[in-house]
Amino acid sequence: MAKRNDWVRIHRNVLEPVERTGKLPEDTKKVPLEMWVKGRLVNDSAEIGDEVTVITSVGREEHGKLLEVDPCYELNYGAYVPEILAMDEQLRGVLFGGEEA
Amino acid sequence: MSKDRSYQAVTGRKGEIINQAMGVDYSKYESDGIAFDYEAMMNDTGYTLEDHIRIQREFNVGNTPIFELHNLTALARKCAAPGKGARIFVKDEASNPAGSFKERRAAASVYHAKKMGYKGVIAATSGNYGAAVASQAAMQGLKCIIVQECYDSKGSGQPEIVEKARKCEALGAEVLQLSVGPELFYEVLMMLEDTGYFNASLYSAFGVGGVETLGWELGHQFKERCGRNPDVVVCANAGGGNLTGTARGLRKAGCDAKVVAASVDLKGLSMASDVQFNRKSFTTAHTGFGVPYATNPDHSDVPRSAARPLRYMDRYVTVKQGEVFYITEALATLEGMEKGPAGNTSLAAAFSLAQEMDQDQIIVAQETEYTGAGKHLQPQLTFARRNGIELKFGDPAEEVAGQNIIFPAKPSLLKARDADLDHMRRSLIRHQTANAAALTAADIAYLAQEVNRDEDYVRAILKELGK
Repeated sequence: MAKRNDWVRIHRNVLEPVERTGKLPEDTKKVPLEMWVKGRLVNDSAEIGDEVTVITSVGREEHGKLLEVDPCYELNYGAYVPEILAMDEQLRGVLFGGEEA
Repeated sequence: MSKDRSYQAVTGRKGEIINQAMGVDYSKYESDGIAFDYEAMMNDTGYTLEDHIRIQREFNVGNTPIFELHNLTALARKCAAPGKGARIFVKDEASNPAGSFKERRAAASVYHAKKMGYKGVIAATSGNYGAAVASQAAMQGLKCIIVQECYDSKGSGQPEIVEKARKCEALGAEVLQLSVGPELFYEVLMMLEDTGYFNASLYSAFGVGGVETLGWELGHQFKERCGRNPDVVVCANAGGGNLTGTARGLRKAGCDAKVVAASVDLKGLSMASDVQFNRKSFTTAHTGFGVPYATNPDHSDVPRSAARPLRYMDRYVTVKQGEVFYITEALATLEGMEKGPAGNTSLAAAFSLAQEMDQDQIIVAQETEYTGAGKHLQPQLTFARRNGIELKFGDPAEEVAGQNIIFPAKPSLLKARDADLDHMRRSLIRHQTANAAALTAADIAYLAQEVNRDEDYVRAILKELGK
């Protein structure tokens, strides 16, 4: 549950599929134009999925469905990619080890 | 009475909204025909090259170092014919506060917005420009909103774009994220109207004028360090502002280097497709932006774009995704510089083009960009593999965007490929004359400037087009 002033992430559709412009590829026409933004919760309390209002970091009021409380980034450096080490070995082999360029 | 917020109504108010959000009346540069006064628009900002330099110094932008890449040069010479292999240099734009050359474009826009009394700035960008505007807004004390195209309809986001969102928020901006689609500009127009903020467009004369300092610095740095001009400067090309600004700055520094555009080849992928959105590994500096913006500059978020790369381009080459990742790793493992992949597009091209040039010549890749979690070849390749893209070694010429990424099986297979500039020039003339009735002498002269060719060249193409 989220309470007033919590930092949250919300979601809403800006344009439904029927409202989208004509110049789009077919796959994009079939889906809505969606929006995500973060802000402080204005409602006294809310559950995930509730329609809520927030105040964003510049002070704008936005509304949408409550998606996440205390949203964070979980970016990382990905999985081991064997090709990267192979590139290193190849490049050093050519420049310093006399392998074919 | 509240205004109509439907798509048609908001986009119908575009002229009025942009005028309000930039303080620029674009109509005064227009003629009766298709021509408009480009130089007047560029000179009308009130900011000279010297002003841009002063503003950038005040807000810690620019004056980035140039580095000679001795090992990459040696590697290029191993791939080249005897006597060939120019000295390869890079300008380390990653050392700007927010990590890319884009801060040169942001500095004057934010400065001007503040001077004009705007309370904040808005920029539509999924790339480094967002971080640049956020950084300058933080420094100069304005509020900032970045609107980015980030996710597909499954909510999956490119790691590079998600990292940019993180960075913009870290620098104090509000980040509004959208799913795939060109209606992003509709959202931006609504935000501009609602907030009354300044439109820090990438395509404004402030933005492009700010990049002139990059070319100007390059000219002076090479005179000081090598006692001569570089022979070739390679610029990554997307919207065209990087190349336009750099080339104008080089000219102002008296540098006659050839200017080469480089884009990542994403032929076959639609940039507006929800399904194909996450099947590419490069979110900027690719042909999906580079070609349409070069051949039709005025379809951006301003009525007349200051980025007009065909005026300044001597050559346009493309490189494959696998080649840019490969040169990114080469820069790390052979030169000790870990940088973001997208910023190495021009370096990948330079590595190949150096092999056509003599050993006493100089070629410069004019940018690098910051790297970090998400914005690094390992997470980007991990993401590609998870999206069904095949990764392999081979001949990158066979790479098919959206299906595979082919790393060169040996360094000599990395080849910049020429794009058809004449075709693009023809395409620009076709676009600009599509709705024109009779063309005046002024229109012909204008088109000749637009494609950097003489009037006979333009007349011949017009004849082919039946005009």
